[in-house]
Amino acid sequence: MSNISPLFKKFFIPGIVPFFLLLFFVHYTAGSDVPLLKQRVNDFANILSPATETQLETILTTLEKEESTQIAVLTINSLDGENIEGFSLRVVENWQLGQQNLDNGALLLIAKNDRKMRIEVGYGLEGVLTDLTAGRIIRNVITPNFKNGNFDQGVIDGVSAMIAAVRGEYAGQGAKQGGNTKHDEITGYLIFTLFFLFNIGKIFGRNKVLGGTVGSVALPVLTSLFTGFSLPLFLGLIPAGFLVGYLASMLLGKTSSGPIKRIRRSNRSNSDIFRGGFGGGGFGGGGFGGGGGGFGGGGSSGGW
Amino acid sequence: MLRFTQSTFILLTFFLPLFFLSGCGYNSLQVKEESVFKAWADVEATLQRRGDLIPNLVETVKGYAKHEAETLEAVINARSKATSVQLSTEDLSNPEAMSQFQAAQGGLSSALGRLMLVVERYPDLKANQNFLDLQTQLEGTENRINVARQRYNEVVELFNASIRKFPASLTNSLILHLDRKEYYKADEAAKQVPKVTF
Repeated sequence: MSNISPLFKKFFIPGIVPFFLLLFFVHYTAGSDVPLLKQRVNDFANILSPATETQLETILTTLEKEESTQIAVLTINSLDGENIEGFSLRVVENWQLGQQNLDNGALLLIAKNDRKMRIEVGYGLEGVLTDLTAGRIIRNVITPNFKNGNFDQGVIDGVSAMIAAVRGEYAGQGAKQGGNTKHDEITGYLIFTLFFLFNIGKIFGRNKVLGGTVGSVALPVLTSLFTGFSLPLFLGLIPAGFLVGYLASMLLGKTSSGPIKRIRRSNRSNSDIFRGGFGGGGFGGGGFGGGGGGFGGGGSSGGW
Repeated sequence: MLRFTQSTFILLTFFLPLFFLSGCGYNSLQVKEESVFKAWADVEATLQRRGDLIPNLVETVKGYAKHEAETLEAVINARSKATSVQLSTEDLSNPEAMSQFQAAQGGLSSALGRLMLVVERYPDLKANQNFLDLQTQLEGTENRINVARQRYNEVVELFNASIRKFPASLTNSLILHLDRKEYYKADEAAKQVPKVTF
């Protein structure tokens, strides 16, 4: 007992904490080339008046609240020689406009100095905002305004035309759409693993070291079965499994009927805790983030 | 003590083989191959979409550019040739079949490129709404083809690398025997800039 605690301190904390920090950084530093998505209207080229920006923000926020469809506007100064289709695709792959599973996102991209623009359409909107519709919006709605130097009106009319095309496609979907299937998978895995780990106490009695050892083998192995093998995850879960197995045999290492009820109850409450932890998309705190929508190169390009 | 060792033994015999099967890439190789097939299906779908646009396009151009029968003929021929070459999923590992397929599709690309150049000579046609719509759709489809092709090549790269990396390479050579997949290379025919003659 007394030699477990220092061992735990020695391996568990230095092992687990950097591991999660690493995961965090890998996740958030990918794709630095593309401008950061901060709001629905990102006017880096400064061609829109503040009043227009506010107006567009309001319209687009309302659209998303009602139908979950995400449309964003991005203006940049220059493409730096890249073709607009390639840049646009990189932006939407990074921003992931639209909801996961629905893919109902679209982007209006304007490159000021190149005098080029593109409407990029997510998979879920390709049926209503077709290449044809997008092309017509660019040719007949936006381009005439831009030729007269009227960027504000051009963007407002263009976005309105895009909204008119997509409105009704996802009516009543509401603002928040979580990836429910992912949650179910995670919950299923957690219930299975926890059930297994908490039964260690039943199987191996009150021998805590043995319980811990079994836990430290079982947790990484089970996790690998569900999520695929990766060495850092595997190694990181060994101390975690040891801790759980140790605790399980300490708390539940009785053979009477009492622990069974406690197992059931603790199972449920634990999975709920984890479920809450995994929820929450990019919408917290009033900011704006993509919902995980996919794009496949639909849309149309044009110039003025 | 005997009970513990027995339980541990049962546990190990049950879970270790399972673990080794997943840890050595048996599962992930299958998943990756399947994602190659899916990406290829997307490539085929976008190519199909382009093929479907062509009859309409040819009809529209015909009305305005009667003297370009030869160019139009070339597009129609290239299309029928491109639709006649079909690949099964096994052919993705066959360099010959793959290059044949790519050559046929590339031929269509360059025939279309020539047609679009010829069209420049007909201002009436270029102002025609119907033609503009078709041109927009064609451009959109070409872009989709590019995206699908790029994504296909990405998953092929992933798959090809994973069947060569240890320990998945061992699993593959002993159990799975999956072949490496061919990339969808840029069109050879489209690389040559079409000639403009007036």
